[in-house]
Amino acid sequence: MNTEQISVRLRRADLADIEARYHARVDDPKLRHIFVCGGTGCHATGSIAVMDRLREEIRDRGLEDRVRVVQTGCNGFCALGPLLIVHPENVFYQKLTPGDVTDIVEEHLVRGNIVERLLYKDPATRKFIAHIHEIPFFSRQKPWTLRNKGHIDPESLFDAVGRGGYQGAARVLLDMTPEQVVQEMKTACIRGRGGAGFPSGMKWEFAMKAEGDVKYVVCNADEGDPGAFMDRSILEGDPHAVLEGMVIAARAIGASKGYIYCRSEYPLAVHRVEIALDQARQAGVLGESILGSGFDFDIEIYQGAGAFVCGEETALLRSIEGGRGMPRPRPPFPARKGLWGRPTVINNVETLANVGRIMVKGGAWYASVGTEKSKGTKVFALSGDVNNIGLVEVPMGTPLRDIIFDIGGGIPGKRKFKAVQLGGPSGGCIPASHLDVVIDYEKIVEAGAIMGSGGAIVMNERTCMVDMARFFLEFIQEESCGKCTPCREGTRRQLEILEKICAGKGEEGDLELLEELADMITDSALCGLGQTASNPVRSALRHFRPEFEAHIREKKCPAKRCPALLEFQVDPRRCKMCGKCVKVCPVDAISWKKKEPAVIDRDVCVQCMSCFDACPFDAID
Amino acid sequence: MTCECENSVEVTPEQWSTVDAIIAEHRETPGSLITVLRKCQDVVGWFPENLIDHIAAGMNIPLSEVFGVVSFYSLFSLKPKGRHTIKVCTGTACYVKGVREVMGRISAKYGMEEGQTCEDRRFDLQGVRCLGACGLAPVMVVDKDVHGDVSADSVLEILDAYK
Repeated sequence: MNTEQISVRLRRADLADIEARYHARVDDPKLRHIFVCGGTGCHATGSIAVMDRLREEIRDRGLEDRVRVVQTGCNGFCALGPLLIVHPENVFYQKLTPGDVTDIVEEHLVRGNIVERLLYKDPATRKFIAHIHEIPFFSRQKPWTLRNKGHIDPESLFDAVGRGGYQGAARVLLDMTPEQVVQEMKTACIRGRGGAGFPSGMKWEFAMKAEGDVKYVVCNADEGDPGAFMDRSILEGDPHAVLEGMVIAARAIGASKGYIYCRSEYPLAVHRVEIALDQARQAGVLGESILGSGFDFDIEIYQGAGAFVCGEETALLRSIEGGRGMPRPRPPFPARKGLWGRPTVINNVETLANVGRIMVKGGAWYASVGTEKSKGTKVFALSGDVNNIGLVEVPMGTPLRDIIFDIGGGIPGKRKFKAVQLGGPSGGCIPASHLDVVIDYEKIVEAGAIMGSGGAIVMNERTCMVDMARFFLEFIQEESCGKCTPCREGTRRQLEILEKICAGKGEEGDLELLEELADMITDSALCGLGQTASNPVRSALRHFRPEFEAHIREKKCPAKRCPALLEFQVDPRRCKMCGKCVKVCPVDAISWKKKEPAVIDRDVCVQCMSCFDACPFDAID
Repeated sequence: MTCECENSVEVTPEQWSTVDAIIAEHRETPGSLITVLRKCQDVVGWFPENLIDHIAAGMNIPLSEVFGVVSFYSLFSLKPKGRHTIKVCTGTACYVKGVREVMGRISAKYGMEEGQTCEDRRFDLQGVRCLGACGLAPVMVVDKDVHGDVSADSVLEILDAYK
């Protein structure tokens, strides 16, 4: 077995001992490690079959003593899965099939030659890159929160402790007073990574000072923003970092019970957290008298049932209580009156995952990176129309352009960058003209979006901004809990207007009405969901107003995404007669002979848009 | 709502006893209603009226409150489901990468809209919130199999395998 079981109750001295044993193993020159990514993305593309085959081949060749295969959490480069890293050379192999495994074993492990055809090919230079730290996607990141990604088996407490896990908790429980812990958090200036950016140290201080003998710590893992998967990856890849953060928070405020509220859409994350909880209890880093300190704290995992609004803290707490997850007015804030009416600290996964390191290295260390008001690093889930899709962690203060073009590798094909959407349904789109904005809570708001939880979806010129605004409102409309009228009714009216515009029935005055509604909803909605629901519309109107006007006045969709505004006709002057549209048409509505422009039979056409995507010359209107 | 006699056919005696065991395990724990509902749905597949009645009585929670919770969360279904559940991710990344076309193709082929079950109960079509597998967008999950990088063209071929 790979995993070294820890069945004794740990004391502080054991932590350092395990760390030494872990490093002796990882740095053993006679031993190779193969880290196979086992995140949700790689599982879906077949990493388990690759790993099984790898173990089989290694066993067949009698290499078991010299090669250890470790299934890690999400490596971050999700678009290239299944993938693995051969350590200590740190060679990165990608897009693997079980058939490729023989080559890796035979060529690399036995003969020591790198298998070039399985390496990452830089889309810009078209050259193969063997070593992970030379791949731009990885080399420009600063993995603090994700420091263990791709290095540890998330189902092994030994690995987590081996890389310094629970040392922050040991310091807090054995050397520090709650006041000192809170002070360290305030020095670190870490702000809530769920999106709103409230200083975590202050939140802890309120809860610490709140009166009550029963208090709670809640981890918000209800990652609901579409296009966000940072929290999932952290829970899947390094669950002990989150548990350690919760133990520390509990000590700071004096809580004895904690909950992790996780979406039921993340079965693998739930599974790994359950394993981590069991191991942590057995080893005495959770439960009674943690690390022999006399401090008791236990955690329960609670699965959500599919409601976006439950990411809002008061709704989330209501959901843990077993009710309809509807927000309530604040104040009182949860730090004073939270779960079951008791003082409760509720923090996001990413925030908690940083706490252990802050306690080991000190708040000043954490605050040494970043901008004036935003410290440390931020994890983004980069996706959409960008070459390198995956998890990206950068220091605060990094320009957005660097994330998309240097780390993300730019836009695939010959398409152009149009906008990047930050903050999901509460955020907004940032256009090319504002790409030099740096990652900072306040600066991003000035540019028309919000930091949000970290979803960053890149869009090329084929994305219609009117349609995107409509998409987000449809989302909000469906997820609005219905408790307050501005959100329930106001967003419905906005959606109706946008649907009308997309259908080619927009009128003069619609945009002004949208803006008026936006201000009204923001001013009067009960919770964060409603108050921010108009952000996508507002930012789209600010940066892409001419596109809205084209829909209304010229009845045209410049991005060619709104079927009602398209003619489904091939322009014979632009058609280069390649026949690609014919191949993708599902209903054979396109006729084409060699050396003649294609013709679409509009009676047969079902307006599926496949030909628009396939045409390399933009010849279909 | 269908009538009671029809509903009772939906839940087998074995399922009832599993449901009772779930209720017994959780009834003393405050706030466990959602957990109980999730586990019961795993057993029965959906919530016929008599099952909601039964859970309300067993948990000693007013029927109205239980129904309120069932109808609030998208995980819980008040309708019977098909043999296979197709979950099409409607998150932003999937949307940008053309999931609308994928969904359209499924609807046209099997004659069901989002949220519906096709006539022979072979498939359920659900549009679901971001599955967090944006690296594979567009993403479709059939039962427990995740299919990434799905296109309007490839989707029907994938579904063919589910009889």
